[in-house]
Amino acid sequence: MKLDLKQHIKEMISAPGLSGYEAPIREIIRAAWQPLADEIRVNNLGSLQAIKRGEGTQPRPSVMIAAHMDAIGLMVTGIDDGFLRFMQVGGVDPRILPGQMVTVHATNSDVARDLPAMVVMPPAALLPKDGKSGPLPQKYLLVDTGLLPDEVKKLVRVGDVISFATEPMELCSDTISGHTLDNRASVAAVTVALEMLSKRKHLWDVMAVATSQEEVGAIGAQADAFAIKPDFAIVIDVTFAKAPGGAGIGNFEMGKVTPLTWGSCNHPALHKAMLETAEEYEINVAKDLAPTGSGTDAWSVQVAEAGIPVVELGIPLRYMHTPVEVVSLKDVRRAGRLMAEFIANLPLDFMKTVIWE
Amino acid sequence: MAKTEVSTKFNPRLGKKELDLLTRLCNAVSVSGDEQEVRAIVLEELRDFADFTKVDAMGNVLVRREGTGKDRVRVMIAAHMDEVGFMIVKDEGDGVFEFRVIGGVDPRQLVGKPVIIGRDHVPGVIGAKAIHLTTPEERKQVLKVDQLRIDVGPGGDSKVKVGDRATFATKLAVLGPSIRSKALDDRLGVFNLIQLVKQAPENVDLLAAFTVQEELGLRGAKTAAYGFDPEIGIAMDSTPANDLPHYDGLPNTSHNTRLGDGPAIYIMDRGTIGDQRLIKWLTESAEAEKIPWQFRQPGMGGTDAGEIHKTRAGVPSVSVSVPQRYLHSAAGLIRIEDELNTLKLIHTALKRLDRSILNRQEKSNGKEK
Repeated sequence: MKLDLKQHIKEMISAPGLSGYEAPIREIIRAAWQPLADEIRVNNLGSLQAIKRGEGTQPRPSVMIAAHMDAIGLMVTGIDDGFLRFMQVGGVDPRILPGQMVTVHATNSDVARDLPAMVVMPPAALLPKDGKSGPLPQKYLLVDTGLLPDEVKKLVRVGDVISFATEPMELCSDTISGHTLDNRASVAAVTVALEMLSKRKHLWDVMAVATSQEEVGAIGAQADAFAIKPDFAIVIDVTFAKAPGGAGIGNFEMGKVTPLTWGSCNHPALHKAMLETAEEYEINVAKDLAPTGSGTDAWSVQVAEAGIPVVELGIPLRYMHTPVEVVSLKDVRRAGRLMAEFIANLPLDFMKTVIWE
Repeated sequence: MAKTEVSTKFNPRLGKKELDLLTRLCNAVSVSGDEQEVRAIVLEELRDFADFTKVDAMGNVLVRREGTGKDRVRVMIAAHMDEVGFMIVKDEGDGVFEFRVIGGVDPRQLVGKPVIIGRDHVPGVIGAKAIHLTTPEERKQVLKVDQLRIDVGPGGDSKVKVGDRATFATKLAVLGPSIRSKALDDRLGVFNLIQLVKQAPENVDLLAAFTVQEELGLRGAKTAAYGFDPEIGIAMDSTPANDLPHYDGLPNTSHNTRLGDGPAIYIMDRGTIGDQRLIKWLTESAEAEKIPWQFRQPGMGGTDAGEIHKTRAGVPSVSVSVPQRYLHSAAGLIRIEDELNTLKLIHTALKRLDRSILNRQEKSNGKEK
């Protein structure tokens, strides 16, 4: 069955799955990857690992592809007269919060319920002086479920997680907007790669991993890398596209290019090998400069076990960590294709070329 | 005006048909100065109910529904069709547009929101710089409108033009006993006024004014009231319910109104001192029919009544609003029971209305009779 990429992404960005609470998104990815994999399992910290065996003779080398599936969001810290107080899970600029539509995953009653709600900014008269005009600190913001206080008390408890609820929007030229495109867009690219590999001969074992808890410190991927012990790893995450208000160093045009991370969290030989694949298949790539680190799973995968060579690629994205992130489907497809071509062309003795100068 | 004469048959409900209409009204793009979309819905809905319909020079929809009784009072009821929103002012290429705000929107409400633009509801977003790229100093600054952009996606094949109006893309949703939607200010009023025209009491001439440009200073109401030349004016609008907890637990003494306490009757706002006779008429009507009601705390803000009461030789006027949290943001929140009670109150009061109430000199504007 041909992958409907747009639908796949829409489904994923409509699903909750905050760091540490990835079950709903994990099941969606499982359904997409199951038909493309030989074996599928969940690691101790909640990552989903799909194993697609290669045709090489044993002992076969393996490559891990890591894309985190967890989302940033909020968590209930208190209930005040029917209103919820909260804190952030992952990096959320409080300036984007007032007026955001959210879903409270309420677990206090016997049957868990998803409550549509919104983040609200109390009127100035109910705020301290510093809340009247400047950006409102997160501690003064509330979540309103529209339910009566008694009902809220019955349904919600401290520790319940809150997801962004922005609906997916199709924008111009094959671009899509919504929350958590960081990093479900990359998960979709992995799906694209798996689908292509399912029609191709490849010698290596492929371990596709939708990692957990990246947004709170690249935690799931570290455990995955240790458990899988791949010969090397490909990490894919979103990166900063050219956007109003500010872009990263790369200033990548959307829909045009696949950035390859260049910095301390990639092995230069792997980077070079991927560049060569891109050139051979006429895939437009560019260096995504990460002078220190890229702030992704690459950072923790690289130092797992006795050290794992990593190559990282990205998908340009606008407005990272807002509920209106934007990506181009072209960039998702291209990244998937680059990974698939790279893996399909790996000779069994490839690791001999992954050496330090 | 004996109590026994008052029928209680009018029992408004929010069934599927009504909710569909309210949803269409709320999800429309109808920003001050370009109210076409809501105007079209109003004209369509009331085509078979009006004795006279006119779209005046400002774009107000003026609908007269005549009663059959003797000596009918000419009552103008106004509800505004416009909402706060944006205008696209500059095409920067690559799907990125500069915009300006129309009406009072706190810039802190803009960041990270989906929007819809123009007649075709072209989707777009108001993005923000990634938190990873901002400094702690930057995060202490409010992002101002001229720093923000509407983005419809790169590629340049969008239908968006400079001059188009836009608004938040939030769609109406029912949240238990509440409704969450953009533009409830004042589509609830528009919805209620449509219902009133459809089921107008026979003892009055109902002059329904669906007004424009309220958010820019009650501009439509001015010409609408002149055109109608009413004896009584009522503005049906939406007013803040600031019934949230105080940040440090102090009692909230400036709630304005509270959700669930019923329609909010105005005594005084920035633009109007409500007519005491009409306030008494409304409160007595509510009490007689056991409809919950509340006084809006006297204060700032205003409604179309601010213009209506100054029209021609003066028009006794009053305002009644559905209490709403979070007006002028991506979504407000109201209680369904408040909405239905507001409609019920106005209908009941109209049924009880005769000209004699204007002759009485009232000593009190309070609840006591």
